[in-house]
Amino acid sequence: MRDASLARRLVRHRGALVGLLILGALVLMAIAAPWLSPRDPIKTAPRTALRPPGATYWLGSDQLGRDVASRVLHGARISLTVGLIAVSIAVAIGTPVGLVSGFYGGRLDAFIMRVIDVLLAFPGILLALAIVSVLTPGLTNVMIAVGLSAVPTYARLVRGSVLSARENLYVEAARALGSRDPSILVRYILPNVVAPLVVTATLGLGTAILAAAALSFLGLGSQPPLPEWGRMLSEGRDYLREAWWISTFPGLGIMLTVLAMNLLGDGLRDVLDPRLKP
Amino acid sequence: MLTWILRRVLAVVPVLFGVTLAVFSMLFLVPGDPVKMMLAEFVTNPDQVAQMRAQLHLDEPILQQYGRFVANAARGDLGTSIRSRRPVITEIGENVASTAQLAVAAMLVAVGVGVPLGLLAALSRNSWLDVASMGTALLGVSMPSFWLGLLLIFVFSLHLTWFPATGGGDLRHLILPSITLGTIAAAIIARLTRSSMLEVLGQDYVRTARAKGLGGFSVVVRHALKNALIPIITIFGLQFGNLLAGAVIVETVFSRPGLGRLIVGGILSKDFPLVQGTVLFVATVYVLINLLVDVAYAYADPRIRLGRA
Repeated sequence: MRDASLARRLVRHRGALVGLLILGALVLMAIAAPWLSPRDPIKTAPRTALRPPGATYWLGSDQLGRDVASRVLHGARISLTVGLIAVSIAVAIGTPVGLVSGFYGGRLDAFIMRVIDVLLAFPGILLALAIVSVLTPGLTNVMIAVGLSAVPTYARLVRGSVLSARENLYVEAARALGSRDPSILVRYILPNVVAPLVVTATLGLGTAILAAAALSFLGLGSQPPLPEWGRMLSEGRDYLREAWWISTFPGLGIMLTVLAMNLLGDGLRDVLDPRLKP
Repeated sequence: MLTWILRRVLAVVPVLFGVTLAVFSMLFLVPGDPVKMMLAEFVTNPDQVAQMRAQLHLDEPILQQYGRFVANAARGDLGTSIRSRRPVITEIGENVASTAQLAVAAMLVAVGVGVPLGLLAALSRNSWLDVASMGTALLGVSMPSFWLGLLLIFVFSLHLTWFPATGGGDLRHLILPSITLGTIAAAIIARLTRSSMLEVLGQDYVRTARAKGLGGFSVVVRHALKNALIPIITIFGLQFGNLLAGAVIVETVFSRPGLGRLIVGGILSKDFPLVQGTVLFVATVYVLINLLVDVAYAYADPRIRLGRA
């Protein structure tokens, strides 16, 4: 019942609806990429290099004659997967750390918070850069780096929610009735954490996709000939004068994906937990 | 106030120690032998490997290595770059001005565009102006800086030829990169200014000011904006850090010298001391800037300044 009304409220939220529609289209593109693509995204055809967008090449062809439309379609797959895996890593590590830290408090909490303070001292993409440099460049390591660098954010968020949830009377009641810590954590504390976590993870998916594309743009992520949006942008950079389409369409793809996640995240926040509104 | 500042300064010390520990550990977290990884392209001669190990003091006990690392860093010695064989601090010194210039210019763009945009949206709440400014801000937040940079180069350098596309140096080289870097921060500041302003405009003292018959401008600027700016100061430090990190990308887009390109170049050429030194430098600067912002914040907020909070 609650889920049904949640979905209805989300669809009634104008921003969230637009976000959902864009995201739906992107997911469809990603799933159906092999069937929708007019050509092989990797096969080169030097003779038809740098063709402008038109009837044969909808979005033009790149410096090696590859079809930009097919590459952008396949790129949606890579970007969405990379973002999803990175956020999953962050949530999977950050949630238990925050739960334990907030629930038990004391020295453990103090220690975990100091570690998180240190990790947060590396601003923005710098922590991900440092992790990639340790793990060596590559798309898998970019996912890990982007995921790990977001762990402090989630751990802090969960800890904050736990700190307020733990004071509830029903937690005390559960303890009085003899519930053990793990059961209290999962049954009574965790549900309080879900709403802010869903909102942050949705917004975080956009950030993760952006960060991963940025690392690939810098040459630290996906390697050629993979049709990854960030990499395509950096390859198109050298042909900006004669072939603007090589970098323009992948960039549009990244922006639309991040925009969709931001719209959806803002909408979810308004619907799930209006108190989180900045 | 003074005790508050002192406590805040002392709180930074363990964080900075943690940062040195994290950066120091980077070398030990490398899967496999870091020395072989760094040397891989050149040599596998055991003598050279041993020499490199000694040069990096990797043959000493780990605690001694860390002690040396911190002591050296405190004296400004961040080691020697493997590729250029020059002190890392020299390389940083040559590049820091360019990045600082870019970050400060981007901050000016961010505040100069973000605050008025948010103000405009808040004052015309729910009108088309509000929707348009917040729509612009949302686009700005979602815009990959590396794409925006390329679009700006395409329009303003290649077509209109108003600004150079790449390189560093004079003011003309600074305009496109600072717009590129400042856009996301401008969008974040605009959204924050709007919500902060809306909250303040609903306060009793604003109503009182209006009731006293003060003009709209005076109420907005002297009573509302002054208070609305307090949360914006806090985000200033955070955003400055994001600008420092974002410079990594923007410097690459515009082939502009700076700390960002130093780090990326270091990672690509497996020059570990260079990466470690530069990352440590940027993180330390970020921590210290946030400290300054906190102090400024305490000064701006009379509740802290007068020691009532």
